[in-house]
Amino acid sequence: MTGPHAAGKRGEAPVPREIWELRLYVIGHSPKCVRAIENLQVACEQHLAGRYRIEVVDLLENPRLAADDQILAVPTLVRKLPPPIRKIVGDLSNTDRLLSGLQLRPRRGEAT
Amino acid sequence: MSALADVAVGFALPKAPTGIKGLDEITRGGLPQGRTTLVTGGTGTGKTLLGVQFLVAGAREYGEPGVLVTFEESAEKVSANVASLGFDLDGLQQDGLLVVHAFRVDPSEVVETGEFDLEPLFLLLADTIERIGAKRVVLDTIELLFAAFQDQAIVRAELGRLFRWLEDRAVTAIVTGERGETGLTRQGIEEYVSDCVIVLDHRIHDETSTRRLRVVKYRGSAHETNEYPFLISARGFAVLPITSVALDYGAAEERISTGVARLDHMLAGGLFRGSTVLVSGTAGTGKTTLGAHLIDSACARGELALLVLFEESPDQVIRNMRSVGLDLRRWVDAGLLRMWAARPTAFGLETHLAILARLIEEFAPSAVVLDGIGSLTHGPAGTEVNSMVARQIDLLKARGITAMATTLAHGDETSVVGISSLVDTWLLLRNVESNGERNRLLFVLKSRGSAHSNQVREFVLTDHGAELVDVYAGPAGVVTGSARVAQEAQERDAELRQSEDLKRRTRKLQRRILEREAQLALQQDMLAAERAELERIDERGRHQVTDAKATRSAMSSRRWADPAPGDEGGQR
Repeated sequence: MTGPHAAGKRGEAPVPREIWELRLYVIGHSPKCVRAIENLQVACEQHLAGRYRIEVVDLLENPRLAADDQILAVPTLVRKLPPPIRKIVGDLSNTDRLLSGLQLRPRRGEAT
Repeated sequence: MSALADVAVGFALPKAPTGIKGLDEITRGGLPQGRTTLVTGGTGTGKTLLGVQFLVAGAREYGEPGVLVTFEESAEKVSANVASLGFDLDGLQQDGLLVVHAFRVDPSEVVETGEFDLEPLFLLLADTIERIGAKRVVLDTIELLFAAFQDQAIVRAELGRLFRWLEDRAVTAIVTGERGETGLTRQGIEEYVSDCVIVLDHRIHDETSTRRLRVVKYRGSAHETNEYPFLISARGFAVLPITSVALDYGAAEERISTGVARLDHMLAGGLFRGSTVLVSGTAGTGKTTLGAHLIDSACARGELALLVLFEESPDQVIRNMRSVGLDLRRWVDAGLLRMWAARPTAFGLETHLAILARLIEEFAPSAVVLDGIGSLTHGPAGTEVNSMVARQIDLLKARGITAMATTLAHGDETSVVGISSLVDTWLLLRNVESNGERNRLLFVLKSRGSAHSNQVREFVLTDHGAELVDVYAGPAGVVTGSARVAQEAQERDAELRQSEDLKRRTRKLQRRILEREAQLALQQDMLAAERAELERIDERGRHQVTDAKATRSAMSSRRWADPAPGDEGGQR
């Protein structure tokens, strides 16, 4: 049932069924944070092209957000949408772990 | 110990008082100011409470606002947990004296990839410290922070950096950690906290729990190294610094009454104020009654008294003492007497001690009676009882409190828990069985610093209190009870008979004296009469001679007779 349906959609222009809302918490321009932004952008372009939104939050501007949003470490990537919320801590240098953290792999497998 | 203290005083390490009574004494003033202290212990040992109390005391009493960073609970939960102890965290937060940051860390929803740091925590702390002028920070519990991340090396390095960072800001911090299998903490955090380490312990011994605190390390300061019992009570954390080594309490000269007049007399005027009396005896010998007398006399003088009961409930004791004419209720009502009953098995020895210390601290009684200390051995191990009782006695002595401890002695005098050397006066109550009845005897086994009677007295419980009565030493030993009463009757009888006999003899003698006196008077009369007779006879004789001579001379002169030769007058 799923198979033919998915196959039918292949070849058509990708219809973004849902927008991925990602928020990356950083502090200033530390090398780790800069690396994380780069790594995230590369991964998203590769696997979520056209259906992602990245918001970079610099805690320097509002340190209390750390308490409100429960951010203990930077860089921290939060998948706000689709639910459930997922957190990925680190400079995102390991793409496999990033994707598994975002639970992107099954979707990619479906898409290809 | 004092030499050590002197050295440390020269140092004058600035300290941040914790506001926890006892802990500040042990640490000689508090935690090292501007440094980080590690508080470690197992689950439920009171680490969080110690930290919170440190913050609350800082905010309320020392003008040092604080920040609590908890990884354990939500801010609401922390507030609710300590509200029952009278800590109004919400109020302090509203007043800008405290900020609580709670981080819920759930490792299952966090994925790690690559390097990271804990800079948000630094940033948040810096912001809060600046905002409220915080001088104190508590991080609770560090293990949970470790649990949140997989890369432990990063967390460890970041914590080390955090402690240095806090020190740079002259913030006094407490970090709590879980006790590890081998080290002081599971994560070896003690390596980074080198200034002060406090270990909390919660031991179960014979199914009774005891909380203890120990200052393992305190760089640059003298501190007590013993383990100290502590309590988590309705008023929070309380540590009891009890030093059984110091023998520096003063000795009062004042004597106070035991409440039993003849016992005072036996002790040459009563107990010295601040001295300790041990009353040992077998079951039902009136130990509690003696204690009640001491209490009663203290309250009657208007002094405060504390009665600690290890065997009975207060109501029971009040009722029982009423039967011997001691109304303890009125002293309770008057606020002069406080009674505290605790089953020996209810808490550990240390906790008993801790509660006693707190009661003494709060109530400041001048007399304390510990009724049934021996039954503490029914609870935790016996070997520890000595040390505990010694500490209790020390505690009381150090405060100049007159104390009486009663204990059940099983059989011999020597079986009392080995504390007899600590007490000043030792009274022994003993049951003597004879003639089918049991009677109580009281001995003064020792009484330091005063002459005391070596006599045995019978201890009689009457409806107007305890009384001491002389005993009778008969051929079968000491005579007590109804035998004594019989003996008394016999003696009275004998006395009566003896006095009647005397009277009779007196009367007889008096009569005879009277007779003799009468006889004597008669004799004297006769004597006088005879003397008078004799007198008369003599007189007459002399008259006759004179008359004869005169007659003869008259006759011869009339006859002109020649005087006869050899006879001037010549007769014939």
